[in-house]
Amino acid sequence: MNWLKYLLAALLPAFAVPAVAALNIFACEPEWGALAKELGGDQASIYVATTALQDPHRIEARPSLIAWARTADLVVCTGAELEIGWMPLVQTQSGNPKIQAGQPGYFEATRQLTLIEIPQRLDRALGDVHAAGNPHVHLDPSNIARVAAALAERMAQLDPGDTAQYRARARVFLERWQLASARWGKEGAPLKGLPIVVYHRDLSYLLRWLGMREVGALEPKPGLPPTASHLSELLANLGRDPAKAVVRSAYADPRAAQWLSERAKIPALMLPFTVGGSDRAKDLFGLFDDTLARLLTVAK
Amino acid sequence: MFRRNLAATAVALAFAGPAPAQDADLAKIREEIKQNREAYEQRIRALDKRLGEAEARAGKAEQSTTKTETAAAGPAGRAGDNAFNPAISLILQGTYANTSQDPNTFQITGFVPSGGEVGPPKRSFGLGETELTFSANIDPYFRGVAIAALTPENEVEVEEAYFQTLALPLGLGLKGGRFLSGIGYQNEIHQHAWDFQDAPLPYKAFLGGALRQDGVQFRWVAPTPVFFELGAELSSGDQFPGSDQNKNGAGAGTIFGHVGGDVGSSYAWRAGLSYLRTSPKDRAYEDVDSLGSAVTNTFTGKARMWIVDAILKWAPNHNPTSTNFKLQGEYFRFKQDGNLTYDDSGQAAPQFGAPFTDTFNTEQSGWYAQGVWQFMPRWRVGYRYDTLRYGTVSNGIVNNGLGPTAADFPVLATHSPTRNTAMLDWSPSEFSRLRLQFASDKSRIGVTDNQVFLQYIHSLGAHGAHKF
Repeated sequence: MNWLKYLLAALLPAFAVPAVAALNIFACEPEWGALAKELGGDQASIYVATTALQDPHRIEARPSLIAWARTADLVVCTGAELEIGWMPLVQTQSGNPKIQAGQPGYFEATRQLTLIEIPQRLDRALGDVHAAGNPHVHLDPSNIARVAAALAERMAQLDPGDTAQYRARARVFLERWQLASARWGKEGAPLKGLPIVVYHRDLSYLLRWLGMREVGALEPKPGLPPTASHLSELLANLGRDPAKAVVRSAYADPRAAQWLSERAKIPALMLPFTVGGSDRAKDLFGLFDDTLARLLTVAK
Repeated sequence: MFRRNLAATAVALAFAGPAPAQDADLAKIREEIKQNREAYEQRIRALDKRLGEAEARAGKAEQSTTKTETAAAGPAGRAGDNAFNPAISLILQGTYANTSQDPNTFQITGFVPSGGEVGPPKRSFGLGETELTFSANIDPYFRGVAIAALTPENEVEVEEAYFQTLALPLGLGLKGGRFLSGIGYQNEIHQHAWDFQDAPLPYKAFLGGALRQDGVQFRWVAPTPVFFELGAELSSGDQFPGSDQNKNGAGAGTIFGHVGGDVGSSYAWRAGLSYLRTSPKDRAYEDVDSLGSAVTNTFTGKARMWIVDAILKWAPNHNPTSTNFKLQGEYFRFKQDGNLTYDDSGQAAPQFGAPFTDTFNTEQSGWYAQGVWQFMPRWRVGYRYDTLRYGTVSNGIVNNGLGPTAADFPVLATHSPTRNTAMLDWSPSEFSRLRLQFASDKSRIGVTDNQVFLQYIHSLGAHGAHKF
């Protein structure tokens, strides 16, 4: 029966119940994972369902996500239909009543914010539009601050024993965040009016915050991959209304940006987009530091 | 937390000093601790004040947000009875088919017909099933889903109509109504989400395309980092391999287990084992006798099925947007023990004129393997090999030599079907797909059906979520 012992020894760690923290948090995107970490400290154990190298629209409800959602006390998602292709399945298949829509254990960041780019007309002929507005809210520091305040309260509500700790950490975080935001505002001043081409409309809040200008998108319509005809049209438009850079997020395919960069003779710039998208973007502070530093290289 | 640290520092300091501590030293240490504490408390007070301010600001921002949200939500039609309408989506499908054999002669020789619509689509232009899906949360405890299929024959079929619990604790879930069984891998995937135009041979031969049942399903997901779920179903067992049994209690039962997870940062997998058991009663199928006249054969007995399934998906960094690869396979083993009745008495000039009943035992198997590769955005190619093994079929009526012979059971002639299928599909967006499929199908004994299908699948309305 030796083989049985070995088999059990091999399988048991895999089936071991995850470490017990006061709050098990399932973060849909890395930015909310990083925020939950700032607010949760030792009280929270955090699983981040996606990485900066994944397109948040196109996630598959993989068995591993269902397994982690099963033990979560709190799911922190973006909302506004960003996760519509996978999160509803993860919720129903996890058999976890705490994280169903409408429960305190299901937190949507976009519920705390005013969204921009709410479509006037809902029609898929316009591409994969989000009815509630642009869901990529986290690249504006004031949005992070608002979500932080609401998320800390939610964590305190779900783990009443540690309320004081969550609030104290939220205070410390908001304090640091406010100082950093002021600094980023100053550092980002030269970016005002900077014209850029984006890949997807996932940088709109960043552009609005810094006063930058989007002169085109590589995607012909939201959610549709770039096509040769659209790229040539974009190139022609750039002749009249030139951009300083082609900017894409870490998860986006670099080829279209490269193509346009070579022909329009403007740099192709990769932004980390979220925590983990570059070596420097280790946390939310690093994310904004690195994003600004990269944008400033083309502002001269 | 600061206080705890402080206490720890104090203890450490107290024990760190030389054993016969001088009074002067102790006083000095006490003074240091006092200073430390004051410094900490000052800092905490300062933080409290500043952060209170920050919170108030955030609170204000939130309030104004809520206001704007309400205002913005107004014109979108969030008011009135319609606000609670379920999510609705519609699937449009159709094919153009070229087949070298007449689709009306389709059979899977060597296997008891499963009664499902498993043949190739009709030649020339043809409409596929139009699927209409409604889904919504019923209340905090249940979710409801209904899928109606509008068939090209202008009929409406209830594909699925079930409720599902949302609030059961401990990873438990209950589903009730009509639903696709959780056995195997592909069984639960809707036809419009299949990677090929049709189902693999073992699904066609052993489950009539897919096992759909009226009953209840229990599922339990284990609280482990590796995905592990167990499920069991009880159903009326009306559908092949069962039959309407007109009795109290459940006519069919299944149990299944699935395990899955990630390997590295680019692979995800799932594997499963399923068992189905049912006791069909007078389950009938049509055949022809050695003279070509129609005969009805009925089976009563036990049917059991085992399915092993596995799927491995690759996508760089789990990002399937640009490229991804999917490898999927399932193995079926199907066993039946009981009695078969051969009855030609319905014919005008029957050979025998009276029914024959004798033992009927089969043990057959089948498997398929398929790979689908998205080699660039929008484009995928796929290849599938599927086969059935005739195994053993022991037909007592033929064996005892008193009546009908093997020639009177042409559908059960010794044959192990195989098929090779290749496909190429193009998806302009997440909501549309065009597919070209070639197949060389040896389901019928002695002939090869070369098939070319051109298919469209479009999805309108609510954005559906696709299963892994």
